[in-house]
Amino acid sequence: MQKTHDHKALWLVAPALLLVAFTAVIPLMTVVNYSVQDTFGNNQFFWVGTEWYREILRSDRFHAAFLRQIMFSATILAIEIPLGLAIALSMPKKGLGVSVCLVLMALPLLIPWNVVGTIWQIFARVDIGLLGHTLNGLGIDFNYTQNAGAAWATLIIMDVWHWTSLVVLLCYAGLVAIPPAYYQAARIDGASRWAVFRYIELPKMSRVLLIAVLLRFMDSFMIYTEPFVVTGGGPGNATTFLSVDLVKMAIGQFDLGPAAAMSVIYFLIVILVSWAFYTIMTREDFEPSGGAR
Amino acid sequence: MDLSWMAWTAPTAVFFSAIGTILALMAALYFLRPDGAEPRPGLFFGLATTRGDRLFISLLGSAFIHLAWLGATGYDLKWAAVISFVYAAIVFRWG
Repeated sequence: MQKTHDHKALWLVAPALLLVAFTAVIPLMTVVNYSVQDTFGNNQFFWVGTEWYREILRSDRFHAAFLRQIMFSATILAIEIPLGLAIALSMPKKGLGVSVCLVLMALPLLIPWNVVGTIWQIFARVDIGLLGHTLNGLGIDFNYTQNAGAAWATLIIMDVWHWTSLVVLLCYAGLVAIPPAYYQAARIDGASRWAVFRYIELPKMSRVLLIAVLLRFMDSFMIYTEPFVVTGGGPGNATTFLSVDLVKMAIGQFDLGPAAAMSVIYFLIVILVSWAFYTIMTREDFEPSGGAR
Repeated sequence: MDLSWMAWTAPTAVFFSAIGTILALMAALYFLRPDGAEPRPGLFFGLATTRGDRLFISLLGSAFIHLAWLGATGYDLKWAAVISFVYAAIVFRWG
């Protein structure tokens, strides 16, 4: 059947496109312009071509920060997605418990990032923090200002505490949207709990899981405030992620050209990985045999 | 209007004008030949792609070809551009 192409919808998105042009495209173009020039301030620029890109791509500092960023994102995704799914599956579907659980889950999401950083910075301190003091009292050497492992553990636990709720809420929304008829059919067929999860709940939640993975990946890959507040990128450079390194380069060293080149590379990596996630997770929706769902 | 804060250079202006022109052409093609906006199965990983998808994959891939060239070789960047054009042609024809 011939599809109807209605172009009126394009005019409806025009205001949003205009807004995006001013808030995203113009700053992006400015960053690209900076990335091919050198400046010493006073709005004076000197053309350097692709030199900053070459320098950044070959620097050990960039490679190390990139690796740390990937490791951080992979770790928190590996924890938050299954944990969020498990919590959502164990939450009540009706009654007073629903409201209580939803409010409890929403609480960490309401706290601003810098406050979360401050809470955990104090909470994990050896001298006055409940976590740090208790762990050291138990004989565990936990000091995030001196020990790289402790710094990583603090940041990962903080992120899991802050953002698993988002995965829970998204998964829960997907779960409650499944029509009861599916569960009734599974009961009639004598399906096990695992079979219900594998063949009903998981496929029906694939969309929300995709959103959860994408949101958490992009957010964790660009995390800045919390590590800046808690560890400041330390000890040494142990928690200097790409974003922290970028700010050090742009603001601390005032190397605007290299920082702009790094921003462009960073931006391209985020787009590539997000596109890969999206394509892999929506691939079966566009199978030629099934058509678009 | 003073746009000196944007630090424009001729090469970056040409680059963004080219991207803008390509997007305008794609929009015009959407009106003139809407069939291309429908997904079609491609050869790469069995992905179904629309014309816009193929443009996106071409541009993103070209960006990474240039970055890889800059990071791994010391040769002239025009060879990366040649590879990118070949890559884009393959994506548009078979991707």
